[in-house]
Amino acid sequence: MSDTLSAIVSIGFHGVAFAMVLYLISVGLSVTMGLMGFVNLAHGVFAMLGGYVLTSLMNRQGVPFAVALAAAALTTAIASVAIERLLYRRLYGGDELDQVLLTMGLIFMSVAGATYFWGPVQQPMLPPSWLSGQIDFGFRSFPGYRSFLILCGAVLVTVLWLGLERTSVGVQIRAAVDNLRMAQSVGINTSRLFTLTFALGSGLAGLGGALGADLLAINPSYALDNLIYFLIVVAVGGLGSIRGPFAAALLLGIADTGFKYLLPELGAFFIYALTMAILLWRPRGLFGRA
Amino acid sequence: MATEGLVRTGVSARREAIGAFARRHRYRPLEALPWAAAIAAFAVFPSYLPLGSQILATILFALSADLVLGYAGIVTLGHAAFFGTGAYTAGILAANGWGEPISGLFAGAAAAALVGFLSGLIVLRTTGLALLMQTLVVATLLHEAANKASWITGGDDGLQGMDVWPIFGLFRFDLFGRTAYVYCLVVLFLGWWMARRVVHSPFGRSLTGIRENVLRMHAIGAPVVRRRLVIYTISAALAGTSGALIAQTTQFVGLGTLSLDRSGGVLIMLIIGGVGRLYGAFIGVPLYMIAQDRFSEVEPVYWYFWIGLLMVIVVLFGRGGVLGLADRLRR
Amino acid sequence: MINGAALETRALCKSFGALRVADSIDFRLERGARHALIGPNGAGKTSFVNLVTGALRPDAGAILIDGAEVTALSQSARVKRGLARTFQVTALFRRLTALENVTLAIAEREGVADDLLWPAGRHQGVIEEAYALLEALDLAEEALRPVNTLAYGRQRLIEIAVALGLAPKVLLLDEPAAGVPSSETGLIAGVVERLPPDIAVLIIDHDMDLVFRLARRITVLVEGHILVEGPPEAIAGDPQVRQVYLGERAPGSARR
Repeated sequence: MSDTLSAIVSIGFHGVAFAMVLYLISVGLSVTMGLMGFVNLAHGVFAMLGGYVLTSLMNRQGVPFAVALAAAALTTAIASVAIERLLYRRLYGGDELDQVLLTMGLIFMSVAGATYFWGPVQQPMLPPSWLSGQIDFGFRSFPGYRSFLILCGAVLVTVLWLGLERTSVGVQIRAAVDNLRMAQSVGINTSRLFTLTFALGSGLAGLGGALGADLLAINPSYALDNLIYFLIVVAVGGLGSIRGPFAAALLLGIADTGFKYLLPELGAFFIYALTMAILLWRPRGLFGRA
Repeated sequence: MATEGLVRTGVSARREAIGAFARRHRYRPLEALPWAAAIAAFAVFPSYLPLGSQILATILFALSADLVLGYAGIVTLGHAAFFGTGAYTAGILAANGWGEPISGLFAGAAAAALVGFLSGLIVLRTTGLALLMQTLVVATLLHEAANKASWITGGDDGLQGMDVWPIFGLFRFDLFGRTAYVYCLVVLFLGWWMARRVVHSPFGRSLTGIRENVLRMHAIGAPVVRRRLVIYTISAALAGTSGALIAQTTQFVGLGTLSLDRSGGVLIMLIIGGVGRLYGAFIGVPLYMIAQDRFSEVEPVYWYFWIGLLMVIVVLFGRGGVLGLADRLRR
Repeated sequence: MINGAALETRALCKSFGALRVADSIDFRLERGARHALIGPNGAGKTSFVNLVTGALRPDAGAILIDGAEVTALSQSARVKRGLARTFQVTALFRRLTALENVTLAIAEREGVADDLLWPAGRHQGVIEEAYALLEALDLAEEALRPVNTLAYGRQRLIEIAVALGLAPKVLLLDEPAAGVPSSETGLIAGVVERLPPDIAVLIIDHDMDLVFRLARRITVLVEGHILVEGPPEAIAGDPQVRQVYLGERAPGSARR
């Protein structure tokens, strides 16, 4: 394979892997924001929690990878239910500023909490032996773990799409995102739906944070450092959508990886400019409802 | 019941209502309090003047954010963009041969106003998350640009080598921070006076309408986008002025002036004092900054925790901040 | 121009995909009219109002205010041409006082609202007019209270006061008594009856009692097109109209 082609493939590959992590984390945010109209800046905290659970279990307790992953997702989902019931639900339909400040307050508390429990140093993540190493695809070999990430992302978006289209819960979610009042008047228990969706979205974020722990470093300022990434995916993709964040994550993942390798002097500047341009063209996001 | 008595009540009630309404902009004695306190602080805390100057300049920043947030109802996570622009403009001028402070101040304000106007053209077409997102992106964009253009901004290390000349050629910036303090106080006073005027003007009143119900504003024929753009630009100019002040009085500009931390911080200070009431800034900023000065040295981790917790509590229970609390106590 | 209607639509069309909400609507609202627009749910009444006010852009057709075409104009621009509306769900400046709500409207009308240098209190005339308007609607007592602390019925009246503050030529009342306890409907009807005769008033409503009390002319809208139009007695007796409402209620005798 020629050098440039090889570089492009490599960038594409790593970009897509990164995109899958971003997608896993952000899709929950997109759906819950579209559903509940709640500006949840603290979504990254759940991803961070997932990452800490996974790394703690694997590094300190020697728990196998798959089990630790499940634990990460579950712990996050449960924690999110508590937060939704106790805090968020009081602010539904309320002032946007309130929601921004509440969730920012939660981010700050998470920074302090993470430092207190795990210290300020980044938590290392070593993929299990059966996933590390290279996988030979014939024409080229690719890192095993990144391939796994891409597989996860593909499987997830399919499952989510099927879930939204085919299951009754999925239909309810779509109805409620489309027109909340109408959904309530046909008898959908929106309060329970909110909690369920929120738990699902946050659980996914925890899973994403855990899976992506070597791409997005697990340290106390995780939620702050990566906030803009998650918000870009959601804003560019469009609220209340599962395709939108997928497309946006791919765009962001590939562009970010590409620029890091090809034009590191520009840094993320181009990404932000591109985001502004897209939001200017489509203020509601690429797949957002008009 | 004597109809005469009724008529008289009607007329006097009318006069009273209209009179009260028309007099809202008049100065009240209580409004002299912040200035008296600032002057007293100058005399009573001579060793804390540098912190005092920072507080005064940050009050101006918070005031500018209040115009946009509290009065026009525009929720922004990127107000630091204007603060940082003003800071870097004044800083770069002073580091490259032009250290005249007053003109540096104007330059900072003008640059910030330009950034505010241009970004406002883009950002203010939307509402909600899209708007929030775009304000964050603008600030992050500028932060990234300042980081990369390290040959002029000093990048991560910050802008070094600022040389600020004496004000009017007479008042040197002394080591105790006396000149800086008075400088900041005067600029804050002027900024406050302007903000107060705008707030009480018909334009300012229409902003509260935009905040309370945009739909209704359109339905009474108000040019909503134009009004928001105007206040956004004015606010940016004031924020740029405060950034320039900080730059000139500390003789340093770092990337932190453009950070999410700075944008978020001003929101916190406003909510503590009370949003949309002009004087929230005067209460929230000193409280926050003095607490930060005391606390964050002791244990920075705990600082983050308590500030986070405070934000959660204020949002859930303390609507309106300190001023809101004062209102409720008065009743 | 002498024969010009206060408000007119010509061949107004709007579709949302396959759904035709406006099917070539030709509508005239005469000067000083007391006109009502009725129709079953989904008939397209709300869309019509949104098209007229400019919240929705038509696919085809023209909208004229006082003989001048306004189809391309924004909402705010149409307000300047003399159009005012009230909302079905009260849309007031919630935390501001009743007096403040009305002064904002008058200030816009007078072109005073762009002044950012001088205190609003200087404009005595604006405040006086606002207060007088509140007095005329028996709302003077609540003048200095935030509107979100007032009873819903009072809020609906303030909605009308705000619209009147614009000194409109055309006033669109979108279900003026919606959400108001039935005991207070009469109050609102009374206010509408006392509106200045030179304003053209279009009421959109379901409440047949209200419509028959206030309207001198009724247009029935069904599935985006005008079914029939005429004076109340003609509409009440029209078999098509009765069929459209499918015996839900006989006009003039039912409650909502």
